[in-house]
Amino acid sequence: MQAAYIARRFGVFLLIVWLAATLNFFLPKISGQDPVRTKLLQQAALGGAVQSGMEEMVKEYNTRFGLDRPLIAQYGSYLYDTAHLDFNYSIANYPRTVRELIVEALPWTVGLLATTTLLSFTIGTLLGALLAWPRSPRWLRTLMPPLWALHAIPFFLFGLILIYLFAFQVQWLPMFGGYSPGAVQGFTWKFVSDVAMHSILPALSIILVSVGGWALAMRGMMVTTMGEDYVVFAEAKGLRSTTVFLRYCVRNAILPQTTALALALGQILSGAVLVEVIFGFPGIGALLYQAIQENDQFLIQGIVFTVIVALGLATLVLDIVYPWLDPRISYRKVS
Amino acid sequence: MNALRGVMSYTGRNRSLLVGTLLLLALVLFVVIGRMFVDTEDARALSAPSLRSPSWDYPFGTDRQGRDLLAVMVAGTPLTLRIGFIAGFLGVGIGSVLAFTAGFYRGMTDTIIRSVADIGLTVPGLLVLILIAVSVKSSLTVNEMALIVASLAWLYPTRTIRAQVLTLRERGYVELAAMSGMGGLEIIFLELMPSLLPYLAATLVSSVSAAILASIGLEVLGLGPMDSPTLGMTLYWVNFNAAMINGWWWWWVPPIVIIVTVFLGLFFVTIGLDEIANPRLRTST
Repeated sequence: MQAAYIARRFGVFLLIVWLAATLNFFLPKISGQDPVRTKLLQQAALGGAVQSGMEEMVKEYNTRFGLDRPLIAQYGSYLYDTAHLDFNYSIANYPRTVRELIVEALPWTVGLLATTTLLSFTIGTLLGALLAWPRSPRWLRTLMPPLWALHAIPFFLFGLILIYLFAFQVQWLPMFGGYSPGAVQGFTWKFVSDVAMHSILPALSIILVSVGGWALAMRGMMVTTMGEDYVVFAEAKGLRSTTVFLRYCVRNAILPQTTALALALGQILSGAVLVEVIFGFPGIGALLYQAIQENDQFLIQGIVFTVIVALGLATLVLDIVYPWLDPRISYRKVS
Repeated sequence: MNALRGVMSYTGRNRSLLVGTLLLLALVLFVVIGRMFVDTEDARALSAPSLRSPSWDYPFGTDRQGRDLLAVMVAGTPLTLRIGFIAGFLGVGIGSVLAFTAGFYRGMTDTIIRSVADIGLTVPGLLVLILIAVSVKSSLTVNEMALIVASLAWLYPTRTIRAQVLTLRERGYVELAAMSGMGGLEIIFLELMPSLLPYLAATLVSSVSAAILASIGLEVLGLGPMDSPTLGMTLYWVNFNAAMINGWWWWWVPPIVIIVTVFLGLFFVTIGLDEIANPRLRTST
């Protein structure tokens, strides 16, 4: 049963990877752009070169890049390259490859996303659980309306407000970049603390906005769980309040939260891309922004593919961990 | 008259719906009154001196390219809302058709529709939209923008409405309708649809909100309608010109305030409609 479940989930993951690659290949084809001709015309216009012999050049390059072969053959070699994570050269940053640029940016985004998602999920879930618990202090309840309202705002918009307050008005924190200009990169205390200082505001704008959502969902689940007979029974047995809270209520109410986490990852990531853009945080989002500004098609495609695959992988891991949290799931075929 | 009083007393109890509606009404009033006094042509670049802080002549100031920012807000707010509503309506429309087909008729169609929606939802929507926007064309119009956003806007409605249809079709009155010889379409439109209306409305509002979010995201990245003064494009120029660092506060405060109002308004309306759709929520406030 377990193996079949994992195999099925892995199949879905492969499907996502294939779809992402296919989308990458066919979407630009649909628009009917001729990349070689466009690029050559651009360069000819820039250099003021003579336009004679242009057609031969277009033909020559199309042959060299294999663009004169039938579509299905091009598609095949595209899939082959993509499977080897070869996304070609970056047009704007030649001779650097798309893979190099992505590998450089990825740790920043993964670090930012992992930290903020873990923190906001934990804080939000705990807060939601405490909000539903009748014995928790009253003042907690006053936290809820502002967090709720924040939850309705996009991350990056709140980020702009944070920049204004903490980086422009009081200047406690840096407003731009991932580290101070001229800093020597490496695992030194100086550089790490510098990065940490630069990450506070981007991280806060994601955490403070998303905490409300997790708290709201958890509170709802807790209210339902606390009405269950086994909770009443546990209380009647005279178990300690913390035991009932953690082992009986939270343990069960947290299950749908984990499913929601797997589904929310994509949204969090989409939001984080924009946060990176407004903070100039040197991750995937900022790289993507730069690629869009410079119309660097290969880089855009590489980033989109990498992110979809990375996210598919994260969902896959969550889904495989899930039966371990909720033993019922592995024996149940999805209806 | 009585019905009106009923509505009034209900919105008195359903605070979220009231607050949300008031927020959105305030925006509509701002646009309507603004249109009477402001020439929306001034939202174009070079129609005013550049970078003036708010004054009697330009109450919201002007931006670096010489747009009158009050005119930009008055002209841009409806454009952003239009993108949201077109994409939201298309999303819920297509989503409902798929969801009712899948949930009511089941079988192979259901498996396909459900799998596509499930897989589509795990993919980061904004990135796929970026890919589409980059591939389609270099400069978009507001309507094309709405269509691009709509291309993924049906996923979430399909999934959630299908779940609702699944629970409804097992109810006694639906079975009774089937036994008394009603056809599939009749059951869908006469039995299922009416009881799902509040739920569909709540889904619509949250889809509109999601579509606006997606469109603003694309615009901030520079993939929006370049020559339209939408709220997202204004933020793009704010970011592009580093207005934050330069202290041109009047440039970014109005769009942020309006966008926050839009999202808060839609959010509260969704919560209010949820309360109508799911009466059990009413007691647990």
